[in-house]
Order: sequence, then C-alpha cells, then structure tokens
Amino acid sequence: MTLLSDQDLQALGLTLRLAGVVTVLLLLVGMPLAWWLTHTSSRWRRPIAAVVALPLVLPPTVLGFYLLMLWGPDGLVGRAIAALGLSALPFTFQGLVVASMLYSLPFVVQPLHNAFESIGDRPLEVASCLGAGPLDRFFTVALPLAWPGVVTSAVLGFAHTVGEFGVVLMIGGNIPGQTRVLSMRIYDHVQAGEYHQANMLSLCLLVVSFAALLAMSLLRPRRYMRD
Amino acid sequence: MALPARGITALFGPSGAGKSTCLRAIAGLERDSTGRVSFGHEVWQDSARRVFVPPHKRRLGYVFQEPSLFPHQSVVDNLDYGFRRAGRPVHLDREGMIDRFGLRGLLDRRVGTLSGGERQRVSMVRALLSDPALLLFDEPLSALDAAARADLLGCLERLHGTLQVPMIYVSHNIDEVARLADHIVLLNDGHVATQGSLQDTLTRVDLPPALGEALGTVIEGSVSAVDMHDQLIELEFPGGTLSLPHHDEKPGQSMRCRIAARDVVLTRERQVSTSALNQVACRIVGMADAGASSQCLVQLDASGTALLARITRRSWHALALSPGDEVWAQVKAVALGA
Repeated sequence: MTLLSDQDLQALGLTLRLAGVVTVLLLLVGMPLAWWLTHTSSRWRRPIAAVVALPLVLPPTVLGFYLLMLWGPDGLVGRAIAALGLSALPFTFQGLVVASMLYSLPFVVQPLHNAFESIGDRPLEVASCLGAGPLDRFFTVALPLAWPGVVTSAVLGFAHTVGEFGVVLMIGGNIPGQTRVLSMRIYDHVQAGEYHQANMLSLCLLVVSFAALLAMSLLRPRRYMRD
Repeated sequence: MALPARGITALFGPSGAGKSTCLRAIAGLERDSTGRVSFGHEVWQDSARRVFVPPHKRRLGYVFQEPSLFPHQSVVDNLDYGFRRAGRPVHLDREGMIDRFGLRGLLDRRVGTLSGGERQRVSMVRALLSDPALLLFDEPLSALDAAARADLLGCLERLHGTLQVPMIYVSHNIDEVARLADHIVLLNDGHVATQGSLQDTLTRVDLPPALGEALGTVIEGSVSAVDMHDQLIELEFPGGTLSLPHHDEKPGQSMRCRIAARDVVLTRERQVSTSALNQVACRIVGMADAGASSQCLVQLDASGTALLARITRRSWHALALSPGDEVWAQVKAVALGA
C-alpha cells in the first residue's frame, strides 16, 4: 500500500500551490497596506485596521458564507463579474485564492505593521537627509530593517492558508484538482472511516507547519543592535 | 532669524529652548510646522504659499544626537549611502576624510561592534560625504563619554578650518560652542534672545538669566611657549598672555579658550602672593546687574579684548570701583581648559 493515493497527492499539490500563490499576492498587497497603516495620519486608519483584523475573530464559515452570497449569481460582485464577461469565482481555484487572501490578510499585515512601526522614523529621516527619495528609502532602509517581520508574515500567511477549512467548505466546495485541498481531503477520509489515510495527510500538514516555523527562525537574521 | 552662509553658527540655549525643533524645521523633518525656510535664493518651505521641498532634495548633511547608523549595513556602506546618491562627487576627498576621522581600520566592521564615539565619527563623515550644501549638527557630542567627546571636538575643530559649506551646530554646552562657533544664536523659551558674533554676544550683559552661565570671553590666541616641566603652555592674545594646562598643543598653534564671567576675580593691585597664575591688566568699561540681585557683571577691556567678570555687588562697592578704573583680573589657569 502506498503512503498517499494519487488523489491525496493531488490535494497536497493543490494546497501548496494555493498557499504559495496566496502568500506572494498577500505580501504584495500587505506591504503597501501595512506601510500606509504605519505612516498615515488619516482618520480612516482605525476603521481600516479593524476591517483588516476582522478575520482574526470572525468564524471562517461566516466569512465564506458572505463571500458566497456576494459572489453568487445574485450577489453584487457576482453580477459585476458576469457583466464584465469573466468567469464566476465560487467553486474555482481563483475564487479560493481571493477568499484565502481575505482570510489570511491579518496574519500578513500585522507582523509587517509591527515591523515597520518598530523601525521608527529616525532611519528614514537619516536616509532622506542623505538624499534618498521615498521609494529608495523603502527598499534600501525600511525593507531590510523589517526583514524579520517580512519572513514572519510570509510563514504565517502560508501556514494559515494551508490549514484553512471553513472558508474552503463554503466557497470552494470539494472539486478534485480545483478546490479539494488537504483539509477537505482529511475531512473526507475521516467521514469514510479511513483513519490511516487521514493520519498520513495530517502528518503531512504537521510536517509542513513544523518546517515553516523552523524556516522562519532560521531565515530571521539576528536582531540588529540599536544605538 | 537670518544665519550667515559661511562658517559655523551655533544654536545655543538651555534644554527645551527649541534648538532641535528649529534645526528639524530647517531640514524639512517638521513638515507640518508653520513658517518659512529659505536657503540662499531657494525657498525650502513656506506654509503660507504651501511650498515644501522634501529633505532629500535640500542637500543636507544632518548629524543627529544618536549616531543613527543603518544597522543592516557595514561602516563603508553607511559612509557611501549619501556619497553614491550624490553621484560620487570628485571634489569630495573621500579617502582623506576617512583618514582624518580615523575610520580607515573600521570600514568593514559591522555597525553594532563600534563604540559610541566611533559611530558618531562614521555618522559625521557619512553626512559630509553626501555633498551637502548645508550641515546640520544636532548635539552630536552630548551622548558621548568625556574621552570620545574630546576626541570628536578635535576632529570638528580641524574640520572647521577646511569647511567649504556653512554649518549649524546645536548645543547646550557652552565650551563646545566656544571652541567651534564663529557666530552664535542664543535661544531661550522658543525665541531668539540675541545673535551675533561669538565674542560680542557672549560678553553682552543684557541676556536673560537662563543664559547667564554662558557669559564670558572667548579668547583666540597662539601658543607662544610650552613648558614641559610644569605641563603648561603660554597663550598669547592681544590683551596679554595666559598660562594654560598643556595637552598636545605645539608652539605657534592657534587655539581658543574661554574665560567664564564667574571665574574672574578683580583686584585693585597686581597680587604677588597668590596661587592664581594669570593676572590681566584691564580697564573697567561698565557695570550691569547680573540677574541675581547680589551680583553684578563688570565689563572690562584688556587692551582691546573684552572681558566679563561676575562679582558681588558688595565687592563692587567695597573696592569702590567705577568705570574708567584700572584693575587686575585674576583668572585661574585651570578654568581655561579648552
């Protein structure tokens, strides 16, 4: 008997692909958002920070349910997408990517926000007095100094996406190769009384999670001394 | 306030007088402040006309109180951060500056392994190498220990002689100011109390009491003799000669020293049995209240050099002093250590 069936391997591959895509996209979205939250004095800062943090406390099924309503044929977004001639989001890989991004957003934005905040204004002031413009300052000073936060963000975003269940259940369904991710597959095995297969897949998740955390601590440079 | 476009201008005043805020506004680090900043013919900031030139376009060399080096870069990367962005200008003597500030052996070190004095030296050269049109130094020595401070003061003094661009130097330490500045702005309580040349300003008798400790004369003279046995040097200045403790001065070298108003004692006759080494013949120019009611400030003229003495009002009357009188000013040599 092989350790993992082809279907299980497909689910594993899909999960890693989903988590990878979501992590990359979230870093691209999360960095400007976290930067804005750190440096803005806008009165919208607190409301937007609260919206970003919402998935931390919201049950995933609730988030999935509202996304389903919103994206469905009668939903606001669903109709807009149909009007643009694009394919519908529910029960597709793309839909899962967008839903996972919303769900994992706080896990990426919070560490970035903390990292940017802990840099303080001084290094950026120094850089600007040395002739560096805003983008230059971001890439040569802020990002290197916030690097431990970036690593934490990526690992948390990745691991959190790998482990999600409720949102997938609502918005993704259980389509092989499209939306059948690891957690769905484990659930199926348990429902069918296939505890050995469930155990194998669960071990995979455990190993991935452990490896992610180990990678995080190895990739983090030692703390810089401050003066 | 209008500041001269050459030499070192000190912004001096007690803590909380607004020195650093003023410097930050000049640099453009206080975007929301109201007012107007212009440099030469360029307007850098004018809140009324909504003009704001960001700091990276002002060509500044800013040195903060804390060295604020980039911890993720080596010393040489820190030094070159501004240098590269200025286009590696050939008129800046990068190698010479690295040598003069003693950074040659530190180039490959990580910032975290440097001492406080070393870090501040790196921070200064980093600012100088960014090809600034204006240097802004915000109490760069106040976070350092005495040895590092003396070392850096020497570096700055040497820099003063070769400086091509104006520098604004914020400090609450009058000895630093006396050694470095050409021009001084006295700030008190957020306002300019007075400004002018160093010598004229520090011998004024109408300054607010908070600035009283700064009162005194800054004498610029040249070393005429070195007595290795007693470890003293002779400093010749227009009003006479002073004996000072010897550090590493060489004959012929010009140097400054400061005589605080509170360190001057007046006598009618030249004293013979006294431990004071320095007695200077002076003529009394005038007398003014020194704020504290028991004391007064006596303005003196030592053959062209203005001196200031803070004595008690009782002594003024006991000696029956009055303007025009010839007196001797006793100055303890140890009080003059520059």
